[in-house]
Amino acid sequence: MNGILEALDMGKYALYVWGSFGVTAACMILEPLLLRDRLRRVRRRIARLNRRESNPS
Amino acid sequence: MQNRLINWFRYASPASFYPLAGRLAPIFWVLAAILIGIGLYMSFFVAPVDYKQGDGYRIIFIHVPASWMSMFIYLVMAGWSAIGLSFNTRLSFMMAQALAPTGALFAFLSLWTGSFWGKPMWGTWWVWDARITSELILLFLYLGYMALVAAIDDRRRADRAGAILLLVGVVNVPIIYFSVKWWNTLHQGATIKMNGQTSMDETMLLTMLIMALGFWAYAIAAAMVRVQSIILEREANATWARELVGEQA
Repeated sequence: MNGILEALDMGKYALYVWGSFGVTAACMILEPLLLRDRLRRVRRRIARLNRRESNPS
Repeated sequence: MQNRLINWFRYASPASFYPLAGRLAPIFWVLAAILIGIGLYMSFFVAPVDYKQGDGYRIIFIHVPASWMSMFIYLVMAGWSAIGLSFNTRLSFMMAQALAPTGALFAFLSLWTGSFWGKPMWGTWWVWDARITSELILLFLYLGYMALVAAIDDRRRADRAGAILLLVGVVNVPIIYFSVKWWNTLHQGATIKMNGQTSMDETMLLTMLIMALGFWAYAIAAAMVRVQSIILEREANATWARELVGEQA
């Protein structure tokens, strides 16, 4: 455990290294989630259109 | 020969490409996760401390791959645009549009990580240096392309206008790449040169290449999911799309 913390200790560069890796990680986690939502939304919209047409009221 | 041509053109139709994109996406997500996982592990636990820049240099493991991807994705988009304009294939334009936000993201990350690297090493977050400015222009090209395509209601006109913008903007990519050679800049020279020479420690180089491959797989996966959305959004009234989605989504 100490070894891991030691390896991750960036000393005086902590702000810069973690500022870079942190923002990159956040973006590369967020984008796939947004993409999944967008695909779900359009699939739901098409399913709604289908339901409306199969039982018009 | 005849057969192979037919097979290739089969996938030029959105209806037959959609399921292929759906099969490819998970493969590339997994590949991206594995490669980036290994890359991150090597970035912090394997790659040695730099004799000059200490731990600060580790930003290179995301900065260089992100910068490469921002330029590479732009070239791929321009390639799709050229194909789309030549053969009038709708899917080519959709591919270009599916790549754009991911390309913009990498251009942003290139500038962001560059800024966070520049501050401790050069003492400034930003300089109007040739390479940094041309990378900023690349980000604006991505954003301008996305805005242009979104602003035109007629899909076919939007596709074509966007494609032409991309092709004109291509001139910027060699400017970014060679800027460090053509001008006297604050930014350091290329880490890996075209002639195969490198100025880097082998472990560091390997880490950077693994990260670059991971980012590459990520970009493909993201583009595959986004192109599925674009196809369905555009073909919402087509019978195949209706049957594919069914009544439960």
